[in-house]
Amino acid sequence: MPLSINHLLGMQGVPREDIQLILDTATTFKEVLERPIKKVPTLQGKTVVNLFYESSTRTRISFELAEKRLSADSINFSVSGSSVSKGETFKDTVKNIEAMKVDFVVVRHASAGVPQYLTRISNSIIINAGDGTHEHPTQALLDMYSIREKLGRLEGLKVCIVGDISHSRVALSNIYGLKTMGADVSVCGPATMIPRYVEQIGVKVIHNIDEAIQENDVLNVLRIQLERKAREYFPSLREYNTYYGLTTERIEKNGKNVLILHPGPINRGVEISSEVADGPAQIILEQVTNGVAVRMAVLYLLGTKHS
Amino acid sequence: MKILLKNITLVHPLYKLNKKTNVLIDNGIISKTGNISAEESADAKVFDMNNKIAAPGFFDMHVHLREPGREDEETVVTGCNSAARGGFTGVACMPNTEPAIDSAEVVNLILSKAAGHLVDVYPVAAATAERKGEVISPIAELVEAGAVGFSDDGVAIKTARVLRRVMEYAKMYDKPVIEHCEEETLAGGAMNEGINSTLLGLPPLPSVAEDLTVMRDIMMCEYTGARLHIAHISTKGAVELVRQAKAKGLNVTAEVAPHHFTLTDDSIKTYDTNYKMNPPLRTQQDIDAMIEGLRDGTIDCIATDHAPHAIEEKEMEFEYAPNGIVGLETAVGISLTELYQKKILTIEKLIEKMAINPRKILNLEIPSFEVGEKANMTILDLTEVWTVETSRFVSKCKNSPFDKRLLTGRAIASINNGRMYYQDKFLQ
Repeated sequence: MPLSINHLLGMQGVPREDIQLILDTATTFKEVLERPIKKVPTLQGKTVVNLFYESSTRTRISFELAEKRLSADSINFSVSGSSVSKGETFKDTVKNIEAMKVDFVVVRHASAGVPQYLTRISNSIIINAGDGTHEHPTQALLDMYSIREKLGRLEGLKVCIVGDISHSRVALSNIYGLKTMGADVSVCGPATMIPRYVEQIGVKVIHNIDEAIQENDVLNVLRIQLERKAREYFPSLREYNTYYGLTTERIEKNGKNVLILHPGPINRGVEISSEVADGPAQIILEQVTNGVAVRMAVLYLLGTKHS
Repeated sequence: MKILLKNITLVHPLYKLNKKTNVLIDNGIISKTGNISAEESADAKVFDMNNKIAAPGFFDMHVHLREPGREDEETVVTGCNSAARGGFTGVACMPNTEPAIDSAEVVNLILSKAAGHLVDVYPVAAATAERKGEVISPIAELVEAGAVGFSDDGVAIKTARVLRRVMEYAKMYDKPVIEHCEEETLAGGAMNEGINSTLLGLPPLPSVAEDLTVMRDIMMCEYTGARLHIAHISTKGAVELVRQAKAKGLNVTAEVAPHHFTLTDDSIKTYDTNYKMNPPLRTQQDIDAMIEGLRDGTIDCIATDHAPHAIEEKEMEFEYAPNGIVGLETAVGISLTELYQKKILTIEKLIEKMAINPRKILNLEIPSFEVGEKANMTILDLTEVWTVETSRFVSKCKNSPFDKRLLTGRAIASINNGRMYYQDKFLQ
């Protein structure tokens, strides 16, 4: 069975069978990554443009590596700032790139909805690498892959996403994906960082981190943005760390085995202590490894579906 | 030019008039009604208007004509053409031009561009210099030049302190202060805050931002005794506040745009920028409140907030695209479909909200159908079923969420200033 989707724009509406297929395929590719020669010819002759309108190191490198491991030709196109400040419209930029005959566009953009917009103006396969505060589907897929690898299942698991939910694209993608896979999803953070209407999508809201630890099998801890604009949503880093920071003490106090994920980059001593970030409960670096395998699976499944 | 409108039904709520007759218009003046002999109409263009209604000319008190400054998007003349095609014989144009309408020179410029057009243009001047909310604009001079109201539209008057001065000053001339109600510190979102903004990940604009400013403005209206007009009302809370203010007897009026009683933020699911406006599309609850407000008289009139935008500006990332839609050429059809056909308003009430009340708010003379008066009328076909084709708009821009929408009822002709717009042409 091929994928039912033609692009990966977000996790919203992606059926369970598709997620299952991507995760299963990623297992195969992860095995490739363990070989001495970490390359397969699957996408030979295909061209991928990594169109990054927002700076990103790990997501871009992860995609690039996935593309190279599949033998695709990849090109990086990075633009700082919006198309508006650059003079050329986004549409013109995309049309220009497409005129060079590409097969995939992997797009990262500060404005929500850009991947959807791309499908209207482009004929390429579109993969969303993060759009504004909307979605970041490959992050959710690699998170789900990592949880499944560690705990053997997703169905029936209790997963809590901790941190700035309002300004996170990781949160929404995880919510959609995990719920589709039958997990029980909650969010935890101060009220100023929780979207006002999030309960309407079937997500429980918790404001107390101890409660979140007690009630869940998995905590996915989000990065706290340190720049000033984000800082107006909470009083101080000290207060955030005191009431929401994940420490060994806190985990032990609640006497619970929880699996800790973090999409990175981590702020040690803010949302997570060094002890936890390097401790036995976390799988932060495995997430990074799995990210390459999952992105290879997405590229492979979307690319071969069309050919 | 002599025109004979045969078998037309004149409807004028102010005169409790609803009567089928013939109307002879000679050089823009109603010269005779009733039986008109062949001799009297010998050299007239004859239109059989059986089953058509003539209302006093419709008036849109909230349009953006873009001139001066963005003549690539609209000019006074193209905006007036769009108004005429949509069935309007008069418009009030908002001051967020470049430069803003904050001096007699700009008022004069606009009036000179509009001179001789079928559509009458009345400038609303900026409430403060450059619409910056700091120094009040030369209100006396602007009134003398022809400004009919004062507004910093695009934003609310920045501070309560300046609002107070503007209201006190405008009150001396009995001019309304027209407010775009949006609390600045809560502004900046791309769509209504709600479940849809959460799902789409777009920066939210909460309804409370509108309610707060409406409340501030009503309190200041009460304190100064000035006239306050709430532009493009869009929230349930704001309608309730206006209702309470009216019950207290305050000088508060309100307008609503057709898209705010028709569309919800559900439409944004595909990030189509044609649905991006400010105030943003809200929820069904808000639509229900608009309908109730129109029905019970809390909302006095329908105004389009006509906001043409160049295609390259609208074809953009949702967050970066400008707000607004071309409104003049769909407003009458939408209002007839959504309000008259659905029996929310009688035709008389609809005419009040589209022709009479806007002029009352701006202290303008209301056209009558008396012999000897200037013919200023909108002719309606209440039953014609038609499809909106934005490609046929005569506005310079085509940005509208109503493309391909099926409507029942439309304005088929506009008559004013000795000219007639009929079947996509000016006759004179």
